[in-house]
Amino acid sequence: MKLFSFEVPEPTEALPSIKSRYGILQWISSTDHKQLGILYLWVSLFFFLVGGFEAMLMRLQLAWPGLQIVSPQTFNELFTMHGTTMVFLVLMPTLIGLATYFLPLMIGANEMAFPRLNAMSLWMTLFGGLLLNFSFFAGGAPDAGWFSYAPLSEKNYSFSSGLDYYSIGLIVTGIGSIGAGLNFVVTTLTMRIKGMRLRKVPLFVWMVFINSFLILAAFPLLNAGLVMLLIDRQLGSHFFLPNTGGSALLWQHFFWAFGHPEVYILALPGFGIISEVIPVFSRKNIFGYTTLAATTVFIALLSFGVWAHHMFVAGLGNPINTFFAAGSMLIGIPTGIKIVNWMATMWGGNLYFSTSMLFAVAFILDFTLGGLSGIAVAIVPLDWRVTDTYFVVAHIHYVFLGGTLFTIFSGIYYWFPKISGRMLNERLGKWHFWLFLLGFNMTFFFQHILGFMGMPRRVFSYPDLPYYAILNLISSIGAVFMLIAVIIFIYNIFKSLRTGELAGNNPWNAWTLEWYTTSPPQLKNFETLPDVTSLRPIIDWEKQKAIQKS
Amino acid sequence: MEKSIYHIFRSSSEDTDIMNELFFHFFIAAFIVFLLVAAFLIFIVRKYKTKTLEKDHFTIQENRLTERLTLFLASVLVIVFLFLTVKVIFKIQKTPTEDQKPFVKITGHQWWWEIEYLGDTLFTANELHIPTGDKFVALMESADVVHDWYVPALGRKIDMVPGVTNFVWIQARDPGVYEGMCNEFCGAQHTWMRVEVFAHEPKEFDKWFQAQKEDAVEKPDSLFQKGKQLFQDKVCANCHTIRGTTAKAKVGPDLTHFASRNKMLGGKAEVNYENIQNWIKDPQKMKHGAYMPNFLMTEEEINALAHYLYNLK
Repeated sequence: MKLFSFEVPEPTEALPSIKSRYGILQWISSTDHKQLGILYLWVSLFFFLVGGFEAMLMRLQLAWPGLQIVSPQTFNELFTMHGTTMVFLVLMPTLIGLATYFLPLMIGANEMAFPRLNAMSLWMTLFGGLLLNFSFFAGGAPDAGWFSYAPLSEKNYSFSSGLDYYSIGLIVTGIGSIGAGLNFVVTTLTMRIKGMRLRKVPLFVWMVFINSFLILAAFPLLNAGLVMLLIDRQLGSHFFLPNTGGSALLWQHFFWAFGHPEVYILALPGFGIISEVIPVFSRKNIFGYTTLAATTVFIALLSFGVWAHHMFVAGLGNPINTFFAAGSMLIGIPTGIKIVNWMATMWGGNLYFSTSMLFAVAFILDFTLGGLSGIAVAIVPLDWRVTDTYFVVAHIHYVFLGGTLFTIFSGIYYWFPKISGRMLNERLGKWHFWLFLLGFNMTFFFQHILGFMGMPRRVFSYPDLPYYAILNLISSIGAVFMLIAVIIFIYNIFKSLRTGELAGNNPWNAWTLEWYTTSPPQLKNFETLPDVTSLRPIIDWEKQKAIQKS
Repeated sequence: MEKSIYHIFRSSSEDTDIMNELFFHFFIAAFIVFLLVAAFLIFIVRKYKTKTLEKDHFTIQENRLTERLTLFLASVLVIVFLFLTVKVIFKIQKTPTEDQKPFVKITGHQWWWEIEYLGDTLFTANELHIPTGDKFVALMESADVVHDWYVPALGRKIDMVPGVTNFVWIQARDPGVYEGMCNEFCGAQHTWMRVEVFAHEPKEFDKWFQAQKEDAVEKPDSLFQKGKQLFQDKVCANCHTIRGTTAKAKVGPDLTHFASRNKMLGGKAEVNYENIQNWIKDPQKMKHGAYMPNFLMTEEEINALAHYLYNLK
């Protein structure tokens, strides 16, 4: 019997891409999803260094009570820009970048549905980010925190042009993200290889797909709010100015109606990565594919009914608080099921601990902690105790670092061979992992305790109350460990790009379609692909081949 | 005053007791969940670890029972804690009845607290003095941006949102000093927007209250009089009130009994002669971003003003 094989459709329209394979012009004009994915990753890495530098300055300032490394104003700009950069210019573009690179490969497509839109999304993200950071040179960066509560973000209270750059910069990157979201939805719906039903796509694809709906629904809210803020600041309107008829709470509703789905926008693709990595390194099928897919949908739906849990202290009243507490706690259920499913996938497998798998396992543990502290602040009376203290700082970092960033590291160690054709050095990778794990938990675990000791977040200094100094010092030392780990990671990337071990098509013996093509893939990802009948097409084909031989 | 560990579980009110209790229950539950996950994960890792990446792979049928069990357990936890949450919030954030008149109104300013004793219209600033005993209602407002009132031992935290009047129940069972701080980022000096609440026995409180109702002291010595004059001439009176004088503005803190307070500048400095001098000399140096202007006074003028203010006990 002959193996069925299907032609992979190529876009018919010629694309404005310079044909020469090298040169900066070619990268700038590229609409190839792989090149754009790589650019996304470089952009993220650049902003990761910027945001990380800001974090290090803050930890330096807070290492001991009463230090004056930076002025209060600068400190406020630092934490505002750190939060904004890490959320919008690091985690988002990394996840979108990985998806841009791998989503078409994993569904057996040669390109995204809208290649030009894809390029536009990237450049919007980059230029929005540059615009935002240009504020440092244009009279002062935004200084009202990453969620810029009005009226503090209004002209009367934030005099520099920082908040204007914040508004415009985020609108621009937001448009980029919306473009990317739209592209993922259409690509997943229309470009799958024949035989791959929507219920048989790899979980990473599924989660990016669901996630894109979140992007499409959430970002317009942010952009609407930002436009209003900009009109307030530039044209003197009063959307968020209470003493002239506006409402300060309106901004909070706008921001968090976007902001909480955003948390899941940053989490879901990460869940997807984990759902790819764990099965491969456990040598087992994913446990409960349907459940993992379904719980993702539940999380996405619920995420729009939880935003006011950021406002439990705003005095919205008991009935509203009850509703949003219920929504927020309910999200714990699908998330909990996911964690159990990942562990069940490992159960009875042959676990191989590459760096990628190490990050995935550490993710499960640290994310569980972040999830539990999340439930803590969903319980309204506990929120009344700890919100806006360092407990919340610890919580968001357990979710964004222990959660999302660990999955990103896991994904990069997993997919780097496919992107570059060379393996990342595992020895350096393990140094990176252990140092980062140690530094991360040192920095942020103790911040839970600082929260219990009443230290408010966003302070540039603190009174010398008992144990404040030592806990903050531990936290700062942990940050140094993370810095060293990141330096190792970056060294590893540059070293492996030149001298890393050659990867071959499928170094991890994985079974999703991206591993079927060469590493790195050619401009045209696939010439032909056999029929996809299960979640593990490569294994199916190998089996069929073996049968044919005998 | 001895320095004990400052933490949010110190309680001097029923509300805080209730919240602490819920916190304790949740902590136990969360700890068990975390231990289970950690133990299970460590067990799996130790048992199934291999040295090489196997080529073989196998499938295990989905086990619906595991999933349903997880679903069930998670749902039970959620329902229990949702129930407790609702019970507690309706108890703590109870709408005051007609005869439960608010006792004080606290208004957040960038970066100080204005305190108004309602009914008797006494204005003070930055220190809240209350009688021990039953809980009472405090109104929360903001004059500019969003602030947040949080004195952990006395009750929940509550935002001060401009344009909105929130309320919160405050109670101190035991006399003492309770520390609190602004919890919502409110601009350059959010860090130094701390507050101390002094709870007195009711009798003591009345004594304090009567003393505060007095107009500012009057002293005959020339330095004091010079300071008083300067307070008018140098337009301090355009922002501050000192009762008994012509200074009646409400932009900055009321200074009638300024020197009776423990701390100034939102807890940044002790009230003493030297700090007052430094503050008048160069406000930006002491509290960068504060709205107090620098009036470029001479050494002599500063001394007179500081002397005057330090005598406003």
